[in-house]
Amino acid sequence: MKRKVFAYPYIVWMALFIAVPMVFIFYYAFNVDGSFSFSKVWATLSDISKWRVLWVSIEIAAGTTVFCLLLGYPVAYILSNMRKSIAAFISVLFFVPMWMNFVLRTYAWQAILEYAIPNMLGWTDKTLTGSVWAVMMVLVYNFIPFMVMPLYNSLSKIDRSLIEASGDLGANGRMTFFKVVLPLSVPGIVSGITMVFIPAITAFTVPALIGNGNYNLYGNEIEMAFKQAAGSAGSADYSVGSTLAIILLICVFISTAVMNRFDKDHEEGGNLL
Amino acid sequence: MSKHLIDLVDIRKTYGEDDALKNINLYIRDGEFLTLLGPSGCGKTTMLRLIAGFTMPTEGKILIDGKDVSAVPPFKRRVNTVFQKYALFPHLNVYDNVAFGLKIQKLSPQEIDTRVNEMLELVNLKGYGKRWIDQLSGGQQQRVAIARALVNRPQVLLLDEPLGALDLKLRKGMQIELKKMQQRLGITFIFVTHDQEEALTMSDTIVVMNEGQIQQIGTPTDIYNEPKNVFVAKFIGESNILPGIMKKDLLINFMGRDFECVDSGFTKNEPVDVVVRPEDIDMVSDADENAHLHGKVKSVLFMGVHYEFLVECGSVTLTIHSTDYVAPGSDVGIIILPDAIHIMHKSVKPEELDFTTADELLEAEMDAELEDKDE
Amino acid sequence: MKKVKPFRYVYLALMLLFLYLPIIYLIVFSFNDFSTGRRVSYANLGRWNGFTLENYTNVFAGEAGSALLLTLEVALITSVVATVIGTFAAIGINSMKKRPKSIILNISQLPMVNPDLVTGITFMMLFAFVNGVLVNMGADRLSDIVKLLIAHISFSIPYVIFSVMPRLKQSSSMLYEAALDLGCTPMQAMFRVIIPDIMPGITSGFIMALTMSLDDFVVSYFVSDLRSTLSVYMYSAARGAKGVNPALATIIFIPLVTLLLIVNLRRISKEREDEIQNKKVKMKG
Repeated sequence: MKRKVFAYPYIVWMALFIAVPMVFIFYYAFNVDGSFSFSKVWATLSDISKWRVLWVSIEIAAGTTVFCLLLGYPVAYILSNMRKSIAAFISVLFFVPMWMNFVLRTYAWQAILEYAIPNMLGWTDKTLTGSVWAVMMVLVYNFIPFMVMPLYNSLSKIDRSLIEASGDLGANGRMTFFKVVLPLSVPGIVSGITMVFIPAITAFTVPALIGNGNYNLYGNEIEMAFKQAAGSAGSADYSVGSTLAIILLICVFISTAVMNRFDKDHEEGGNLL
Repeated sequence: MSKHLIDLVDIRKTYGEDDALKNINLYIRDGEFLTLLGPSGCGKTTMLRLIAGFTMPTEGKILIDGKDVSAVPPFKRRVNTVFQKYALFPHLNVYDNVAFGLKIQKLSPQEIDTRVNEMLELVNLKGYGKRWIDQLSGGQQQRVAIARALVNRPQVLLLDEPLGALDLKLRKGMQIELKKMQQRLGITFIFVTHDQEEALTMSDTIVVMNEGQIQQIGTPTDIYNEPKNVFVAKFIGESNILPGIMKKDLLINFMGRDFECVDSGFTKNEPVDVVVRPEDIDMVSDADENAHLHGKVKSVLFMGVHYEFLVECGSVTLTIHSTDYVAPGSDVGIIILPDAIHIMHKSVKPEELDFTTADELLEAEMDAELEDKDE
Repeated sequence: MKKVKPFRYVYLALMLLFLYLPIIYLIVFSFNDFSTGRRVSYANLGRWNGFTLENYTNVFAGEAGSALLLTLEVALITSVVATVIGTFAAIGINSMKKRPKSIILNISQLPMVNPDLVTGITFMMLFAFVNGVLVNMGADRLSDIVKLLIAHISFSIPYVIFSVMPRLKQSSSMLYEAALDLGCTPMQAMFRVIIPDIMPGITSGFIMALTMSLDDFVVSYFVSDLRSTLSVYMYSAARGAKGVNPALATIIFIPLVTLLLIVNLRRISKEREDEIQNKKVKMKG
């Protein structure tokens, strides 16, 4: 018997529940009364407020990504210089909080920013939630492990002898870092960026819980479009949400393409953490 | 000797466009130690896999005990294999690895126990049953692999470069042990290797292969002393291969003069290849009047048992092995006796021979095989 | 070995503190007395009112309890089904030729690369469509649990596949042939050799699927209508006036973290052992 038949149930499942649902996005975006039309897509695209939200989201997501990189790179670098077994242990400690429920973690920050810190400072009429910095901080909190993980992987793959060679050729520690280590860790940086940036754009829970609704991101826009459509009487109109989702998918597609160019062994993977 | 156990009849095996084996005809006698010898990618592993049943021939048939087994799956053949990298089951301990085949046959626990212990004793691994595979050294893993195959009492044991991963000393020891084991059990061994020395030490019969074809079949001494063509001569041992003209029976001209030889049956004035083994050439003093040729020693290498000299005779450089030292730069006389001269018909195409063939060839072969499985 | 300077440890410690702060915070406040008069409200999660275990006694009262049950039910079924389908899929895919193999692997990456949000809305639309068809046929709509299972299994399978694949690649195809050689039929070879050999990959795939399902919020949020999983319940409670019982944090988090720690630490110590073992074997020759 051919062993590849074992994959057939999965292939059927994948076609039905991974490929077909993707088609629905396009179906609902371009279907106007049963025929193909750009009219609804066009209506959504010409709504300037949607673009403004997208732009703000990109700004916030970019800020989040930069902070994740600046804070996460030293962590990955320090870990990569430690003994393997100790580094493995500490990296487990880093990734464990990721496994606590996203909602619960965000909720905890909401409590800290809304009550705990103001109480400690004796504020009675002010809270720390509702600001763009609060939203960004909690996003950084949630996504920094996704930055550290690929950075650590690529930094620990760097051959020690290259660093020694650099020292041997007269480079000091700083020069070695900027001329050897940093360029060699570019694949890790790139995949870290994509792993933070896209989820940050789509994270709608954080703005909802921390931003007090003041800073709606693109994810919130899509969420609202769908929830409203589903909640409305009569048959749901998913065209707005679908159009927004298509734009998001284009962003995802571009960033994945960029990542794949740098990340040659993307077929691997399946790390537990 | 005894009856044919295996017959390969007109076997051809192709992977896509490439012929891995072409026009193979071979019989293997019951109880013999047969070695398939050749460089990587010559088709020897493919041949072994055909006999084991992992692949099917494109054309031709395989008979075991006179029955056509070409389409019989491996688990129904009474043939067992010792794999190149042993392929021991990492999730089982030594005992369970050896017992695996017997458990599949659903033998009684007592019988399994006796046979496994017997076998572990045979391969000198008594008391290792509880060990895990990754706790064993390469040599020990090798023994487990042999025990796991032999415990099933196969008609034929196939060994795919089983000693390749061992270091030299261990390897020599295992060669002798394997040979003894084979003689004691009387089972047919088909042994694949690219190491000519190994083949010469162990085999009853050697099958030399290249580019999917059998080059020569014979006993080790036949193959060494009477190579049939340039490929075999070059592959087995070292040799000086020189162009020559067969003047008439028992007279050959090469290196600018006539030599007496022991070969006959060539056409008159046929251009031929002459093979002279380095150890068959005698060096004498330059003044010796028996000397056939004269030359100058260009370089000397100490090889342990003997010295290797490169001696320039006119336009030809001869490789000569001798236990007596001669200083480089000396002029020497050279004697080549008739029985040192082996004469072969010119190969149809002068083959470019390169024995440093990389493992890539084998890997390519294996890849092709994997692809093939899905056809 | 380079020396790790002390400020590096300080930095790591600060980052770890940052990561664990909200978790510690919730655990501390899970012992806080939230009762104000007769009503219990977790909304004011900032003022310490005194120690109590009451939050634990009523942690699964009402909606939270049924949400927990649904979550567990979905997670267990999901991880079992996804592990079975995913393991066999990995075995099948691994034996395919390069081209179909890479096509299928690329498509399998889709749910991993896609933002949860997109996965969520695509399932939402799919089920809306299917429900439309079902209603037209006069049949019942899909129940929440069916929808949750389909969605969770779909996004979990790829994680199983990518956990099993590396193990399969490591395990040489020779093992399969060795099994056939020793008399196994292909089926026996599968169950007696290949599956035991890739068991560590299957186990970690199972744990991945389990945690992915337990942890999921976004997809469940879009997929379910009437019943909510624990994370959906927590989200709506967090946005509502009543707040979330912080005892949920300890109750969910502690077992999960313990499980993950055990799995990972075992793996780390196994790797260390292997290193030492390898050295020993090498020395023995």
